[in-house]
Amino acid sequence: MDRIFGGIWVYLASSPLLWLTVTLGVYLAGQWLFQRSGGRALFNPVALAITLLVLLLLLTGTSYSTYFSGAQFIHFLLGPATVALAIPLYIHWERVRRLLLPIVVGLVSGSLTAILSAIGIAWLLGGSPRTLLSLAPKSVTTPVAMGIAEKIGGLPSLTAVMVILTGVVGAVAAPALLEWLRIRDDAVKGFAIGVAAHGIGTARAFQISTLAGAFSGLAIGLNALLTTLLAPLIVRLLHLAP
Amino acid sequence: MIGALAVLLAFQLIGEVLVQLTGIPAPGPVIGMVLLFLALLWREELPDALRTTAQTLLSHLSLLFIPAGVGVIQYGALLREEWLALAVALVVSTLITVAITALVMRAFVRHRDGNRQDG
Repeated sequence: MDRIFGGIWVYLASSPLLWLTVTLGVYLAGQWLFQRSGGRALFNPVALAITLLVLLLLLTGTSYSTYFSGAQFIHFLLGPATVALAIPLYIHWERVRRLLLPIVVGLVSGSLTAILSAIGIAWLLGGSPRTLLSLAPKSVTTPVAMGIAEKIGGLPSLTAVMVILTGVVGAVAAPALLEWLRIRDDAVKGFAIGVAAHGIGTARAFQISTLAGAFSGLAIGLNALLTTLLAPLIVRLLHLAP
Repeated sequence: MIGALAVLLAFQLIGEVLVQLTGIPAPGPVIGMVLLFLALLWREELPDALRTTAQTLLSHLSLLFIPAGVGVIQYGALLREEWLALAVALVVSTLITVAITALVMRAFVRHRDGNRQDG
């Protein structure tokens, strides 16, 4: 019996099918829990899924590279999904055009705040230079942030983790914070969530309304462009480059 | 749906190629997004298949971040050493960024509205 299961495990462990399927299953379970909890922000589906998967990998002694050889097919879809953000942007273009000045000013202040406050706080609390550099692009969507980290001397894979944790924090806390600040306009809500918390925040913004989602998606693209330009500049000005 | 997926991938591909050719300091998918947006503006219509496929993909956007997020497993040692700096920086910086962006943007929306009408 053990030999049979052992054999099946050896086969499955080396095929991409297992971890691809498990990732989808865990995501669906996370969504189910999120809905069962009445959409309570603390039950963030991404955070739940990541926690469960990490436990599973540790329990089965599976390496991250084995896991990723299956999960990469999901990871790959980040590219086309980024391109797809053009569609909500097109649908809401009239609104965006009327808000062009607030968008530009909001974007520049948000992008600067994200980079400088992350570096500054981590520096004050004794973060290592490599950590500071990996944190700098944390508010930008994963593939872009990894590229920026590589360019400024951070660890791209650590940056990916920071980006996702940032997204989860934003998705969990931003709606309540915006409520507290008495922000009523869904366009402003969505845009602020998108600048700070990229795609994971955008997933949350789409639950507020499609208008909030569209502005959040717009913010992902714009902040990706701006941070690509700003992060290397700031790192050089602060003499952080290794 | 396959047609729409092909359109998205094609625009991503064009974006990646343009970045390689010109050295624009932006990622390929973002350029692809800008180009697709311009194409839609030029056509002045949005094919139904593209709308549905994009909406399906975007409604599950958070799924796509899971594989990279599980990468946290590689950084056990670093997280143990620097967890405080990382946790505080992530939480506080993210919240400040949301607040500043929203407040600045609202101030400018009001300013603009104020020029046209009262309130």
